[in-house]
Amino acid sequence: MSEFHPDDNFSLARKSQTLHTRAGLIQRIRLFFINHGFLEVETPLRIPSPAPEEHIEALPSGNWFLQTSPELCMKRLLAADYSFIFQISKCFRADERGDKHLPEFTMLEWYCAGFDYHQLMDQCQDLVWAVAKDMGIPEIIRQNTKINLEPPWEKITVANAFLKYAPVTPEEALAQNKFDEILVDYIEPQLGMNRPTFLYDYPAKLASLARLNQNNPDVSERFELYIGGLELANGFSELTDAHEQRRRFEEALQSRAVQSRAHYEMPEKFLHALENLPPCAGIALGIDRLLMVLTGQEKIDDVVAFTPEIL
Amino acid sequence: MIIPASELRKGIRLKIDNEPYMVTEFNFVKPGKGQALYRTKLKNMITGSQFERSFRSVDTFETADLQEKKMQYLYKEGDKYCFMDNENYEQVYLTETQVGDSVNFLIDNIEVEILLFEDKPIGISLPNFVELVVTEAEPWAKGDTAAGSTKPVKVQTGYTILVPTFVTEGEKIRIDTRTGEYLTRVKG
Repeated sequence: MSEFHPDDNFSLARKSQTLHTRAGLIQRIRLFFINHGFLEVETPLRIPSPAPEEHIEALPSGNWFLQTSPELCMKRLLAADYSFIFQISKCFRADERGDKHLPEFTMLEWYCAGFDYHQLMDQCQDLVWAVAKDMGIPEIIRQNTKINLEPPWEKITVANAFLKYAPVTPEEALAQNKFDEILVDYIEPQLGMNRPTFLYDYPAKLASLARLNQNNPDVSERFELYIGGLELANGFSELTDAHEQRRRFEEALQSRAVQSRAHYEMPEKFLHALENLPPCAGIALGIDRLLMVLTGQEKIDDVVAFTPEIL
Repeated sequence: MIIPASELRKGIRLKIDNEPYMVTEFNFVKPGKGQALYRTKLKNMITGSQFERSFRSVDTFETADLQEKKMQYLYKEGDKYCFMDNENYEQVYLTETQVGDSVNFLIDNIEVEILLFEDKPIGISLPNFVELVVTEAEPWAKGDTAAGSTKPVKVQTGYTILVPTFVTEGEKIRIDTRTGEYLTRVKG
């Protein structure tokens, strides 16, 4: 803990307008879901083990971990017939700190039974537009560019985005182990500069917890939302095949072991519940980043009252 | 010293392919489900060329060993500038590119700091202020008394600088080498 600094008080007071906007944003999001018949749920922040993913590091809490997302518990609720659910909760990810990252951040996550990823993209677009319009922010400015939030938004497949902006195909980028670098250096800065943009149909290798496309099993029904080059949300048509999900988790656990990353347990209860999971789609949207977009802030520090550094 | 990508910061100087680079921009980026990456802009301290690259947290770097040494400017020979270490009378040479804009303020015998990379000279840093003689100036037009009006004059190094209209040929003026701007007249 650092010494009290007189500027700390000023830096909190200075954020007054943003913090009021933040409260208004969260209240309107909640209202949108209540009006659309969703059930608000709460799931534990402390869990035995996060979903095994190669590049997401959980913070230990006793013998357990702090959640990196509420995904596992929320899908167990879906499997128990809670069909339309949403949650606004804190998520924690170790070693993530930068202009657009905080190790503790606020996530909105929701699921719709019977939806696929295109229907969920539409709903995401409706949510952000309804909330932004109600707040009197129908358009925003980012990187000196005016971005209109009114639907319909743009959609581009990963393959087409690589074709348009990158020097290689997604397959070549994966083969060279450079997918993330190409995405960050060539593609992300171009996305969502006129209208918000959904990047969708990720290579099967990057399916995570998404189902593969039935017509084209080389891609998964996964999407991300970008506004002004900033990644805001990730969603799937959820994988409901427990056998396939176990295989992917095993692969992730193995690759984590090779890289000497922390060991996560196989989430057996989740895999068991997956057998009863109805066809559904789910999405996680970063509230702090949405607020950055709506208030024109470049640093995530400016949209939360406290950062770890001033505690 | 070896440091990981996560410990890079703006201003840190690195040795890459045996050349010194300065980190001029540094950002943590991470696609939600992807690798943590460090987006970095690097400037070659010898050629001045810049490039942008993303590194992973497992990437490591060697920091560059740079020293500054007080030396005296002697003369220009061809396109080389000669400086001398007053302690051991050793002479070193810099190219025009390495001297850069400093050439505007380089007068004989001026004391400067020479930047050394592994004992090889690669750059120069001037004192913040230098005093130079005005060698060419239009005479002061009587009646031009508007405060703040300026005129261009030439100083002994050939550098052209804007000064107040009252400055005349033969006078000495003080210049801020960081901005290249006129500060004041110097008496005597």
